[in-house]
Amino acid sequence: MRIDCKHVWEHISAYIDGEVDAQLRADIDRHLETCEICSAVLDSTRNVVILIADDRVFELPAGFSERLHAHIDKELEESSG
Amino acid sequence: MTLPDPEFDAECIRRILAGEKHLFHDLIRPCEHSIYFLLLSLLKNETDAEDAAQETVIKVYQNLDKFRGDSQFRTWVLSIARNEGLGRLRKIASRREDSFDADEQSGDYTPAILTSWREIPTEALEQKELGVILRRAIEGLPEIYRNIVLLRDIEEMDIRQTAAALGISEAAVKVRLHRARALLQRTLAPQLKGFAPRRKSWFGERA
Repeated sequence: MRIDCKHVWEHISAYIDGEVDAQLRADIDRHLETCEICSAVLDSTRNVVILIADDRVFELPAGFSERLHAHIDKELEESSG
Repeated sequence: MTLPDPEFDAECIRRILAGEKHLFHDLIRPCEHSIYFLLLSLLKNETDAEDAAQETVIKVYQNLDKFRGDSQFRTWVLSIARNEGLGRLRKIASRREDSFDADEQSGDYTPAILTSWREIPTEALEQKELGVILRRAIEGLPEIYRNIVLLRDIEEMDIRQTAAALGISEAAVKVRLHRARALLQRTLAPQLKGFAPRRKSWFGERA
C-alpha cells in the first residue's frame, strides 16, 4: 500500500522501536526509499533518541552517590540498634 | 546504563532480609541514576530531588519484605520514588503542578522538516554545550512526556516496565513516547544544526 508522509510520521516512534508489523514496516520502507523528507525526519528522530541516551548527558551531581550511601549507612545502623 | 539482573536482585534481597543488611548498598546502586533523574524530572530542583532520593532509598529498605518479585526490582523502586515525588509536590502548595493534567489531545506533533543535518555523531557530546541543549529540551517537555522519555529512552526501560513504574497503560506509554520524541525532534532540529559534521566540498573545507 502507498502511504503518505503524515502516515509515516505517525509511526516513526514505533518504527524506531521495531514495534510496527511487517506489512507497515514494508510500506514505510518503500516510502523512505523515495522520500528525502521522511528519511531526514526518521534519521534525526533516531539520532535524538541515541544522543539523549548517552551517559554524558545525564550525569549525577558530584558526591551524590557518596551522600546517598552515607544516608543508607545511618539507616542500617539505626535499624540494627 | 547498568542492566537489571533479576537473579542478583532476588538473591540480594533474600540475604538482606536474612540479616546481611550491608548488601543493600549493592542492591540499590544500579537504581540510583533512575531514582534521581525521575525525581528531578518531577521536582525540578536538584536539592529537592536529592533529598527525595535519600528518602526513597530508606523507604525501599524499610519495605523490602513487601517486594513480591512480580515486577522488576527497579520498576518497583521507581514507583516508590514517583510516589515520594508526587507526595512532595502535593505538599508544596506554592509550586505549580506543571502540566500534570496536560491535555493529551492538544498540541502539534508534526516533526521538523530539516535539510541541514540528519545525524550528529555521539562524539559531539564531548562539547558540554550539546549536553546542556539536550537536557534543556527534555526539561522543557510537559511532565507527562518528560517522565516517559526519561524512563524509556534515558533509563532504557521497556514499554511494560515504563507503564508499571508510572501506573499507566502500555498504549498510553506508546502514544506519549511518540509525541515526546516528535516534540524533541522539533525543538532540537534548529539547535543541533551547528553540531553536524561539516560536509567536504569539491574545493576542500571552506574557510
